[in-house]
Amino acid sequence: MPNDMQTSGIRDHRLAPGDYAENFSDLHPPMDDHEALVAADRCYFCHDAPCMEACPTTIDIPLFIREISTGMATAAAKTIFAQNIMGGMCARVCPTETLCEEVCVRETAEHEPVQIGRLQRYATDALMAKGEHPFSRAADTGKKVAVVGAGPAGMSAAHRLAMHGHSVTVFDARSKAGGLNEYGIAAYKSPDNFAQAEVDWLLKIGGIEVKHDSPIGGDMTLDSLKREYDAVFLAIGLRGVNALRTEGEDLENVRDAVDFIAELRQAKDLSSIPVGRNVIVIGGGMTAVDAAVQSKLLGAEHVTMVYRRGKERMSASEFEQELATSKGVQIIYGAAPLRVIGDKAVEAVEFAYTREENGALVTTGETFTLPADQVFKAIGQTLEGAPAGLEIEGGKIKVTGSGRTSDPKVWAGGDCATGGDDLTVTAVAEGRDAAEDINTKLGG
Amino acid sequence: MADLTSTFVGIKSPNPFWLASAPPTDKEYNVRRAFEAGWGGVVWKTLGEDGPPVVNVNGPRYGAIFGPDRRLIGLNNIELITDRPLQQNLREIKAVKRDYPDRAVVVSLMVPCEEHAWKAILPVVEETGADGIELNFGCPHGMAERGMGSAVGQVPEYIEMVTRWCKQNTRMPVIVKLTPNITDIRKPAEAARRGGADAVSLINTINSITSVDLDNFAPEPTIDGWGAHGGYCGPAVKPIALNMVAEIARNPETADLPISGIGGVTTWRDAAEFMALGAGNVQVCTAAMTYGFKVVQEMISGLSEYMDEKGIASTAEIVGRAVPNVKDWQDLNLNYITKAKIDQDLCIKCGRCFAACEDTSHQAITMSDDRVFEVQNNECVACNLCVNVCPVEGCISMEALAPGEIDERTGETVSGEYGNWTTHPNNPGGTMCNVMPEE
Repeated sequence: MPNDMQTSGIRDHRLAPGDYAENFSDLHPPMDDHEALVAADRCYFCHDAPCMEACPTTIDIPLFIREISTGMATAAAKTIFAQNIMGGMCARVCPTETLCEEVCVRETAEHEPVQIGRLQRYATDALMAKGEHPFSRAADTGKKVAVVGAGPAGMSAAHRLAMHGHSVTVFDARSKAGGLNEYGIAAYKSPDNFAQAEVDWLLKIGGIEVKHDSPIGGDMTLDSLKREYDAVFLAIGLRGVNALRTEGEDLENVRDAVDFIAELRQAKDLSSIPVGRNVIVIGGGMTAVDAAVQSKLLGAEHVTMVYRRGKERMSASEFEQELATSKGVQIIYGAAPLRVIGDKAVEAVEFAYTREENGALVTTGETFTLPADQVFKAIGQTLEGAPAGLEIEGGKIKVTGSGRTSDPKVWAGGDCATGGDDLTVTAVAEGRDAAEDINTKLGG
Repeated sequence: MADLTSTFVGIKSPNPFWLASAPPTDKEYNVRRAFEAGWGGVVWKTLGEDGPPVVNVNGPRYGAIFGPDRRLIGLNNIELITDRPLQQNLREIKAVKRDYPDRAVVVSLMVPCEEHAWKAILPVVEETGADGIELNFGCPHGMAERGMGSAVGQVPEYIEMVTRWCKQNTRMPVIVKLTPNITDIRKPAEAARRGGADAVSLINTINSITSVDLDNFAPEPTIDGWGAHGGYCGPAVKPIALNMVAEIARNPETADLPISGIGGVTTWRDAAEFMALGAGNVQVCTAAMTYGFKVVQEMISGLSEYMDEKGIASTAEIVGRAVPNVKDWQDLNLNYITKAKIDQDLCIKCGRCFAACEDTSHQAITMSDDRVFEVQNNECVACNLCVNVCPVEGCISMEALAPGEIDERTGETVSGEYGNWTTHPNNPGGTMCNVMPEE
């Protein structure tokens, strides 16, 4: 008998073949020309626009929307890319509801912001579809810069450095570039292999060499890079995953959500990904939501997200929470795992209800147990494998100004560095700004 | 519900909303639909003299400009007068008038500028039972090149002559439709009056090129790579039309000449505005062409509600009520001082008032770090630009200073007395024409 949603255990092929494509299709489908013109007409072209201020990369949003409204999506795209070379991915994954769209004056006026994210996608898609790269490289400066990590921060820095004429080598631990864009984001936010297409398009600037399967720490150390290159930009992300530190955590089928998400993103056939009938995701961030929603989309019958604090403290946005519940995920707030129960593999998780007292989280004494054949841990990532010798603060590489570390030849940005939220768009901004600072330092 | 019945040059209709002579009134089929929808009357699309009908282009006849959300705000056309046989039109007019005796049916006419041509067509139109005729001295394209339409309307002597011919040869009321493509609208109106016209109607369309095809470098609408100017109409022309109507209404020579107001009437409000400036009724075209005949239902209900709210018993009470308030600039009260005021509760913080004032006006609006926009009364000249660019209706208003208050910009106390340019000390001739305008 074929598997379905009620089949116990961890099973693949729970759904009909056609369901997978539908479930994992574009979360925010692209706008056609008509939709874009209508949406663009709503922009008031605000003075010193709040949306622009709210964008970590400070894209001139009123200008690009005006360019769309006059039929020049390609001009709009250039306005976007000038500030944010990964404007295509950001248009797909940015939590616009807590950034540009949250402060849109039409949100104030009508509780319905201009659809900035989708308009940005319309514009960037238009230019990228032409296969053209809108920037050209300055004359070769003879300077060499090493970038460690090919995620949003690293690729953004590499592009900006290459544009200024420096020769850039990007080292990445994995076999593909893109970082979290490629491995860490829900599939329905970046369908059709967009992350790789974006990297390929970005590299058209020239002057960038990407070395895969090249983690820092082995033969290649920060010292060796500093010797060989004029400057080093570290964008190594957060590769460590926090443990639950509860009894039973080592049972089978208890795993890190990030691994599940990466596996799903790299899968050629989504129906081949096994998922539990009763799935529990522990955590309250975007990773938890991505794991929970995708478990449901793969055909899990019951998916429960359990977060130890209240709804208002959850780092996943309101929009993400509603997305999860709309897909059938149940969210339990204010409960912490006490123990993972099972013989060899997980069978259930016991939780204790919590409340906050004077800022501290305490258990109420009441407990409950949820059946589970699969548990995903998504309670945060940590800096792992940071080169020795750099000052660390709050578990991240300490930076000041535009990504300057305690070492004058080393810059850092993205999730591995202090400052800013752990968002793609923030990483892009940090990479860009560090690149500008490096360029200045190198006499650009 | 208020009484909307209208009598214009003796022609009765259940409401003052007529369809103008244009494509919507070219055929019996359309006119019947219009009457079923509730229109008070129609001016049948212009008939020409008997014989082979005119021909139209077979490429686009219309061009347009758009506001946000592709809302049509200006329409241009290069269509000519009716291209259907005269006899067919006459048969249809007769049938429609027979079936809708309570509606106004006026027939627009355009024949060569020769008396025999007019003498020939007037009796056959009269025979249909039509309520009146409208002389098309306005069409700016095509027919004007043949010495008709605006070619007549631009020469007051011709207007007077043809009007006189018509008055001498028909018992039907004669409405003269004026072209706006002239420098002083009062001259053709005066000529019509001298010729004995019962009324004027205005405006006809304005010479225009709506846009240029930047791939082919051809004006729009483009016919096989070329374009010719057409007639412009729709909401965009309303301000021009309102002014021309007012000019005729307040001109002593024509003050008692009935006016049928035309030009961008889209809502009941537009209609009421035309009527307040002296129009006895209004004619509509673009709104119907954009939204269909049903728009008249909003005009009827809106005008009715307005009249009920204001206690206005008949449409005639609206006509001309704003005319006494239309003055020359020199009559305006220079001692009336207002200041912009921003309602902070309504403000959505777009900053357009700031950009407009700071970049293009008087630097009278400040912006704080947290986007609070405030008017500086010591700089505000009350230009109203902030009100005009604000996207929220009612958010910025102009508030008058009371007598005794000090205008922070000039430091002077508001006198409360009327004072205009003619009496202003800066006027070199001021003391010589110290005259109050007539009330």
